[in-house]
Amino acid sequence: MADPNFPPASLSQEVEIPESISGLEPVRSVRSPIRLLYDFVPSPPVQEYLRAYSKKKILGHRSPIDGAVFVPPRGVDPRHGVLIEESVELSDKGHVGNFCVTHLPIPGRDDLETPYVSAWIHLDGASVGFLGLVAGCENDEVHIGMRVQAVWKEEEELGNTAENILYWKPTGEPAVPIEKAGNRAWDQTNE
Amino acid sequence: MSKSNSFRDVAVVSVASHQTKILSEVNEVQLMADLISKCRNSAGVTQEEIGFTCSGSSDFLAGQAFSFVHTLDSVGAFPPICESHVEMDGAFALYEAWVKLQIGEVDTALVYSYGKPSAGSIIDVLATQLDPYYVSPLWPDCFSLAALQARLLLDKGLITLEKMAEISMRSQKNGSDNPNAVRSSKDVLFENLMNEPPIVDPLRASDISEIADGGCAVILAAGDKAKSFCERPAWIKGIDHRVDSHTLGVRDLTRSPSAFLAAEKAGRNTDRLDLAEIHGMTSAQELILEKEFDLNEETMVNLSGGSLASDTMMASGLIRISEVASRIISGQADRGLAHATSGPCLQQNLVCILEGE
Amino acid sequence: MSELEKPLRAELTVEYPFTRTTGTVIGAFMTGLREKRLFGIKRSDGSVLVPPLEYDPVSSEPLTEMIEVSQSGVVETWTWIDPPRPQSPWDDPHALALIRLDGSDTSMLHAVLVGSPSEMRTGMRVTAQWKEERVGHIADLEGFIQETEEIDS
Repeated sequence: MADPNFPPASLSQEVEIPESISGLEPVRSVRSPIRLLYDFVPSPPVQEYLRAYSKKKILGHRSPIDGAVFVPPRGVDPRHGVLIEESVELSDKGHVGNFCVTHLPIPGRDDLETPYVSAWIHLDGASVGFLGLVAGCENDEVHIGMRVQAVWKEEEELGNTAENILYWKPTGEPAVPIEKAGNRAWDQTNE
Repeated sequence: MSKSNSFRDVAVVSVASHQTKILSEVNEVQLMADLISKCRNSAGVTQEEIGFTCSGSSDFLAGQAFSFVHTLDSVGAFPPICESHVEMDGAFALYEAWVKLQIGEVDTALVYSYGKPSAGSIIDVLATQLDPYYVSPLWPDCFSLAALQARLLLDKGLITLEKMAEISMRSQKNGSDNPNAVRSSKDVLFENLMNEPPIVDPLRASDISEIADGGCAVILAAGDKAKSFCERPAWIKGIDHRVDSHTLGVRDLTRSPSAFLAAEKAGRNTDRLDLAEIHGMTSAQELILEKEFDLNEETMVNLSGGSLASDTMMASGLIRISEVASRIISGQADRGLAHATSGPCLQQNLVCILEGE
Repeated sequence: MSELEKPLRAELTVEYPFTRTTGTVIGAFMTGLREKRLFGIKRSDGSVLVPPLEYDPVSSEPLTEMIEVSQSGVVETWTWIDPPRPQSPWDDPHALALIRLDGSDTSMLHAVLVGSPSEMRTGMRVTAQWKEERVGHIADLEGFIQETEEIDS
């Protein structure tokens, strides 16, 4: 029985390679690809959200505990683990809660020209943000609190997909003050 | 593990579970929000009072990295909670929670697990857990491997097709009282089961577990805390898990030494067993487990129908624990054995012995 | 949501390319496959492990002595695969078996290429059938065929 306190000796010199293959180029790796297919059926709140989204309507879920609005809706208030039944319609205007300028391209996304701005978009009336692309201005003009508006796809291109909004462009309105922007507004009740 | 005084008394004080063929009305998050609330409410404990939360689930089952993070929404994890996760059946998450309670840092724990195998191809997902050089590239599905095991047992005369059909019949009859059972029948006929053609030779459809979506939540508590949550807690008298080699060719597949050892270490032999909930994927595996656990007529096996009635990958083991616990809590039984398995052909096994006062 | 509307669904594919380094022992086995040879490794009790592993599964000792084993052996157990899984190397229904090659004390998993389950028997003797083009992969073995058949080499 091997001594458990003694690590095993390095094997690369010690293994007796059979003579019949000892002079040959050894195999050093094997390709073992994996491909798993799933049939993804979103929950009813998300189904409702996607169908409304195809009509340029953005739905959120309002918490029965304190009225906090979550978008996109997932059917629960994540702070309390409580089911949400109430949907609310939100406008497609909001502000940038936070952002970053990305210089590295994403594999498979040749449509995204670098550098681009990914931002946390906080819609008017929502308590949390979601990821969005900010464009329609110079990257260095983007700032926390910047008011933005959705730029939707053409009518005939809309579908049940998050891709309906191409990007968020600045409206030119005065910025939301930093104390009220993004998740800093977490504890504040929605006006 | 012996009945040593150095171990803290930890009990299951509340359970909730749900299984169905295909979860369509709600997603995993909504299902678990409901089950976790029910479980906490019936114990009378809030999430703020819970010391530790541990879950079991599989990202490969969901097809999403960190899928279990979504499900934290159903716990209400704000302000931030002390939490852990295992990429395994919830029974192993319960083991981790039990260890945390033993350390003495916390007095209560919430354990939950769930799975939605209907969304993907579970038999392909499970092939990816096998030896990546020699076995996995052949993509052998879990039922085929279980069939290899069944044939060995039949060839060696250790089981018969009749005995397997008896197990299937027991599961279908018992399951008819279980709202979570996907396959059950009060009137199932032995002849019909015997006449079924093999679908994964030599296994017939009724010999193979019925895959289901679902989830389970359990609350653990220590000492007096347990007594404050529940009139008759189901005390964990022993819990242990062991694993055999992952190399199929070196194992004697007609046996499960890790199951035997886990049961021994958990204290199976210290007293009689009123009931046992064993987690086998096939009728043949249930027969192996009955032997390893030395179960005889005095023990009622799989009153829930077992995983032959409803098998939710990642939750079946925790559900076995919850089935034993709930019957102890309600006073139907005094002492039971719950078992969970993982890996091909009963490779890894957890045994939990529960007792009411 | 109207009851008449069917639920939205989307196909989700999770895909990984994966190239795994083999190390010395598994690498030697794979080299053997490329050269139409089968190797095992000796354990300290003298028994032979096929396919070979780097460490003894029971004692955990490092294993170093590789030896060639026979291309033929015995079916220890089997089942029938119909239909074959999409990513498996086979297109047609076949048997999946644990085969103990002569010279080995453990069995390995692979296919037995017969037309129907009625041709399968525990204890039957089978022999390796190789692919024309081999790269050093477990699928270099097409499978195993009944020993009485003509061997395709």
